[in-house]
Amino acid sequence: MAHLDSLRFSENAARAKADANLQAALAKLQRDTRTSRPVVTGRLPEFEALRDRAVAIKNHTLAHLDHYLEQFEANLQAAGGHVHWCSDADAARDAILKICRAAGAKTVGKGKSMVSEEIALNDHLLANGLEVVETDLGEYILQLREETPSHLVMPAIHLKKEQVADTFREFHTNLDPSRPLDEPEAMTEEARNTLREKFLAADVGITGANMLVAETGSIVVVTNEGNGGLTQTLPRVHIAIATIEKVVPRIEDALTVLRILARSATGQEITCYTTTATGPRRPDDTDGPEEFHLVLLDNGRTKLLEGEFREVLRCIRCGACQSACPVYGAVGGHAYGGVYGGPIGAVLMPALNGIEHAWTLPEASSFCGNCEAVCPMRIPLPGLMRRWRDIAHARKLNKARARQGLAIWAWVARRPALYRLGARLAAGTLKRLGGRRGRFRSLPLAGGWTSVRDLPAPEGGTFVERWHRERGAGGSPK
Amino acid sequence: MSARDDILGRVRGALGRTGAAAPPPVPEYANAALVPERAKGPPAALVARFIDMAEEVSATVDRVAQRGDVAAAIAAWLDREGLPRRIAMSPDPALESCGWDGVADLDIRRGPTAGDDPVSVTPAVAGVAETGSLMVASGPRTPYTLNFLPDTHIAVLDAGRIVGGYEDAWAGMRPNGETGAALPRTVTLITGPSRSSDIERTVTIGVHGPRRLHIVIVGTADGEEAV
Repeated sequence: MAHLDSLRFSENAARAKADANLQAALAKLQRDTRTSRPVVTGRLPEFEALRDRAVAIKNHTLAHLDHYLEQFEANLQAAGGHVHWCSDADAARDAILKICRAAGAKTVGKGKSMVSEEIALNDHLLANGLEVVETDLGEYILQLREETPSHLVMPAIHLKKEQVADTFREFHTNLDPSRPLDEPEAMTEEARNTLREKFLAADVGITGANMLVAETGSIVVVTNEGNGGLTQTLPRVHIAIATIEKVVPRIEDALTVLRILARSATGQEITCYTTTATGPRRPDDTDGPEEFHLVLLDNGRTKLLEGEFREVLRCIRCGACQSACPVYGAVGGHAYGGVYGGPIGAVLMPALNGIEHAWTLPEASSFCGNCEAVCPMRIPLPGLMRRWRDIAHARKLNKARARQGLAIWAWVARRPALYRLGARLAAGTLKRLGGRRGRFRSLPLAGGWTSVRDLPAPEGGTFVERWHRERGAGGSPK
Repeated sequence: MSARDDILGRVRGALGRTGAAAPPPVPEYANAALVPERAKGPPAALVARFIDMAEEVSATVDRVAQRGDVAAAIAAWLDREGLPRRIAMSPDPALESCGWDGVADLDIRRGPTAGDDPVSVTPAVAGVAETGSLMVASGPRTPYTLNFLPDTHIAVLDAGRIVGGYEDAWAGMRPNGETGAALPRTVTLITGPSRSSDIERTVTIGVHGPRRLHIVIVGTADGEEAV
């Protein structure tokens, strides 16, 4: 189901609004986010300073990215790890398949990785005869249902527990039908038992990496379930996949980012497990993978680095912007029609897939600014969405009617006298039409607004008139 | 040209440079770690905070006066929790002086686990007061699997190893700035038993990692009263 249909955002959104299960799940996410985030950030007076520090770390790293990538590579190689540089999704898929084949692998256990979604890795491995099992609880549920994640850190947030129970009953055919499976505890237990065998049987473990540490050659992987730790330790071969912007210079830098990551993502102080791993098992170790491979992927990042969208490379994939976004909260992640939904998706998807395939996403914003307010890396998401709108407009990708409307407005707005006259006439007319109620229940050309709420009628005067009145004759409106 | 050269070339192009990167100047912020206030304080306060924070994330904490008391405390706890007196233990000499011989009917196996051991006992390198996290490192005497596969993980931690922040724990791990193979293969911060909230955001304890995390703190920190 990894089809890309960002251009059908409106239809997707309408479907999402009519989906009662989805609406209930999204309402709960928004409620939880509103209550948990202030608590956890409020407990840490240094939170804002830590955000500033994390931004400085990432900006510095990006400005010297070539150096830190080379340093990371050298240190990982010194620890016995292999680095596979890959320019695009095809190259990364092939590199991973080749490692699996060389290892004689039949089964692959996977930790949660958004980059693997980005390159549609599972499809490729399955098509080439490998068994692939997602081990993160949410991702496992989605794999059974043939769905894609709808949130960066809560991939199955769009599902109700009853839907999950149905899925387990359908696929875990050895389940006793009389066994209660009503509560998340029972379902988690069921998944734990099934996946435990898969962990132990997997020949290759594939994980993402939250960070790469240049000075040590380490990867940092955070999970709550412990699946990240098991996926990278039990199989003979561990493959980690990461894009180039994941590197940070030093361990201390990684620790600073860790202090804001979980707090922003799930409202926890820190995730249960933060594993910093450096290369394969050592000669005297009694467990751990015999081989360690790091697939280092560009996939459009160097393009972002060179231009006005560089700041989006600071993203640590915490999902805070999604949880806080009213548009995401109304339609969910799938409506965005790609791997990344919500505000971060609206900025990333046009870069990764081309603005011609995703111009609808930056349009899907009220520009309320919530995303930028909560982004731990202070990425100016509304500003970047606005830039994509400019680009889409210049390339005539947006609807002709929208362009015509904007052209008319621009023509008028460049003629102040005409603009003021128009504004005065409109305000006066609307005031009269609005009558005593002072509201419109419907209005021609404004059906998009009035179909769900009333439009307050203007009170008569225009802004410019009021400006002159209150600032006196000397005031000059700018 | 290799993909490596391609990517590094594109990075340099994007940064407006040609040729190899000179090592960047050490950024100003690198001279002073931004460590939260809650990670600071005298040793006794850090021990108290460590315990508070660990219990907040559903770990349980026990205290014993000396290393020789650890075995008896663990056996008593296993009995209280209704758990079998059967443990898989890190083959770490530091754990041998825990008084195992003094406890009858305790079945001890030393080495990594393949997933069929109900309870593990491992040493912890450090305790981090900031978030109640344990630092564990893998090595010949400390198999990684013992921290993840058993249903119950018991960690033995010296009170003197409880530090304030993550940086302090890492400084102890790499006193000479070790890199690459000079580091343990894994260094893990463990904060409470494993959990998930993937189904309707309901927190469920015990997913792929342990369902229980029990921390036995040995001895006292400076300024603490005897246990």
